Amino acid sequence: MPDLTPNIGAFASIAKEDLARVFQVLQEMGYTLLGPTRGETAIVYDEIESVGDLPIGWGDEQEAASYRLRQRDDNAYFGYTLAPQSWKRFLYPPVQKLFTLTVQDGTFEIDGNAAPAPRYALIGVRACELRAIAIQDRVFLSGNFHVPDYRARRQQAFVLAVNCTEPGNTCFCASMGAGPRVGPGFDLALTELDEIFVVEVGSELGRQVLGQTPWRPAGAFELQNARRALAEAEQHMGRQMDTSDLPDLLYRNLEHRHWDEVAQRCLSCTNCTQVCPTCFCCDVLDQPDLTGQRTDRVRVWDSCFSLAFSHVHGGNIRPHTRSRYRQWLTHKLASWIDQFGSSGCVGCGRCITWCPVGIDITAEVAAIRAEV
Amino acid sequence: MNATETGVTKANGAGARARPRLAVFKFASCDGCQLSLLDAEDELLAVTDAVELAYFVEASRHADPGPYDVALVEGSISTPEQIRQIKEVRRQARLLIAIGACATAGGIQALRNWRDVDDTVRMVYAHPEYIETLDTSSPISDHVQVDFELRGCPINKYQLLEVVTALLVGRQLRLPTYSVCVECKRHGVTCVMVAQGIACMGPATQAGCGAICPAYGRGCYGCYGPMEAPNGPALGHQFEQLGLDAPDIVRLFRSFNGYADPFRLISDKYEEVAR
Ligand code: SF4
Ligand code: SF4
Repeated sequence: MPDLTPNIGAFASIAKEDLARVFQVLQEMGYTLLGPTRGETAIVYDEIESVGDLPIGWGDEQEAASYRLRQRDDNAYFGYTLAPQSWKRFLYPPVQKLFTLTVQDGTFEIDGNAAPAPRYALIGVRACELRAIAIQDRVFLSGNFHVPDYRARRQQAFVLAVNCTEPGNTCFCASMGAGPRVGPGFDLALTELDEIFVVEVGSELGRQVLGQTPWRPAGAFELQNARRALAEAEQHMGRQMDTSDLPDLLYRNLEHRHWDEVAQRCLSCTNCTQVCPTCFCCDVLDQPDLTGQRTDRVRVWDSCFSLAFSHVHGGNIRPHTRSRYRQWLTHKLASWIDQFGSSGCVGCGRCITWCPVGIDITAEVAAIRAEV
Repeated sequence: MNATETGVTKANGAGARARPRLAVFKFASCDGCQLSLLDAEDELLAVTDAVELAYFVEASRHADPGPYDVALVEGSISTPEQIRQIKEVRRQARLLIAIGACATAGGIQALRNWRDVDDTVRMVYAHPEYIETLDTSSPISDHVQVDFELRGCPINKYQLLEVVTALLVGRQLRLPTYSVCVECKRHGVTCVMVAQGIACMGPATQAGCGAICPAYGRGCYGCYGPMEAPNGPALGHQFEQLGLDAPDIVRLFRSFNGYADPFRLISDKYEEVAR
């Protein structure tokens, strides 16, 4: 029998209930499934066991500084916009032990992180999030210095992306060229329709998984519906960002009075950086025991909004909220491009939704643009 | 960063180390912080191995005179006699570390600082004539030089362990000064303010507790006091957006750490509004 499974770049169609089979195949291959599930107050990404753990029939309403769960009037599997935190917390954990150092007979002994990296299947990765992962790949895995624990988790991760047909009020991925249709880097990508999922094959591994699932060729009508849903999503972004003249617009306006205005509102609380799927800053701490003979070296998420982060020999280089917010925004939208060749913002809108006072990156840029 | 070099003894490989002498003193307080020290059950033996508990009456009748390498001071200064005592503690201690909301901000008893003290005394005591008290309850740093502060109501054992290890190794004391939000996000706690509209002191409060209250769906009460760069006015404004009225906002800012400047200024402002 010739293998008729669609090739990379081709489409198939699977019945909704057969997503369970995809999960099962992945589990048989040794993957731990991570996906959306309904927590008490939000749809979060967490370990899931089966399709029953998905937030079927649930969605969310997002606005600046506001998020609410909402029951849908259908049984959509992926009918929400985005979880509060991105896949970053799994690929680049907030607290990660790097190694243990022991003093023995006057020398140091290093005990590396022996536990094997988990094999994650990421279920429900949105276009903006996939782009964010690609951006973090560039940060952590290109050039001379790589982050080994990130590499281990990343290389063996399976990505089951889901095209976004539910952009929220704080979304602007279309402005950033990062969505709503998933770009390269997935193994399989789903588009959810009423009765079926249209499946796009993105890798040989994805093709193998699909091959073990009941599938049929995607019909022209189904493909058209999927395309239409995405075209509509693109028209329904809650926010927009005019990216013309970036980064120069920001570089020309480093002393703009709007930075002072934002600093009046900003709490310097770090939430925007922690929920951002591309922010990568960290601190490295030693946690010695009381004998002084042994220490754990631990990496933790840090933020350009924390004071200690910009404390260098001789003092603090960003002592005021004004300079910290300016650093964050100009890095994200301007110097990131110089540093890594792309914008550091994918337009996911998390920093807008999860800022406790609703500071809005799109509005702040627009304000600077309005009165140059 | 409010950190200090401790450097009493340097770790030098496996060699014997002098055990630093530790003393724990109590002023106007509930003893909760001292209990938190005793709460370090798993580590307590290692701690007593590493340091000499020279004076800690809550833990042991054995009380040695100073001088001490480190004095941990719990409680606020509330009576004239305590002013004399804290000066003596300072003279006896190489390092003086204030522990808990009372010692670092005046504590919940500093609520009396907003009232007439004689009224308060008459309200509380059957025989006010026996009471000798100051007009205010104030933090240790108002009276003597303080080398480091451990925040919290109460503090937790991890802070004690950090003090002792830093002391033994002779390195900088490192405790977070950023907001509680950092801990919520690290632990994957969904923001109670954004997702439920609950007023939360977290964005203005120093981390260290592990974000216990938000993890249980409550707003932060501000036990660890003002974070490094608190923006009280902006947080107060957000509380208004959430529908709180001025007296509610006064109560949020005016609790265990209410007398700390950044919180006091906001509660005073909203009290004006309420009038
Ligand atoms: S800057 Fe904001 S909108 Fe852009 S990727 Fe980060 S969290 Fe998303
Ligand atoms: S922009 Fe918002 S989320 Fe970011 S530090 Fe300021 S107040 Fe916090």
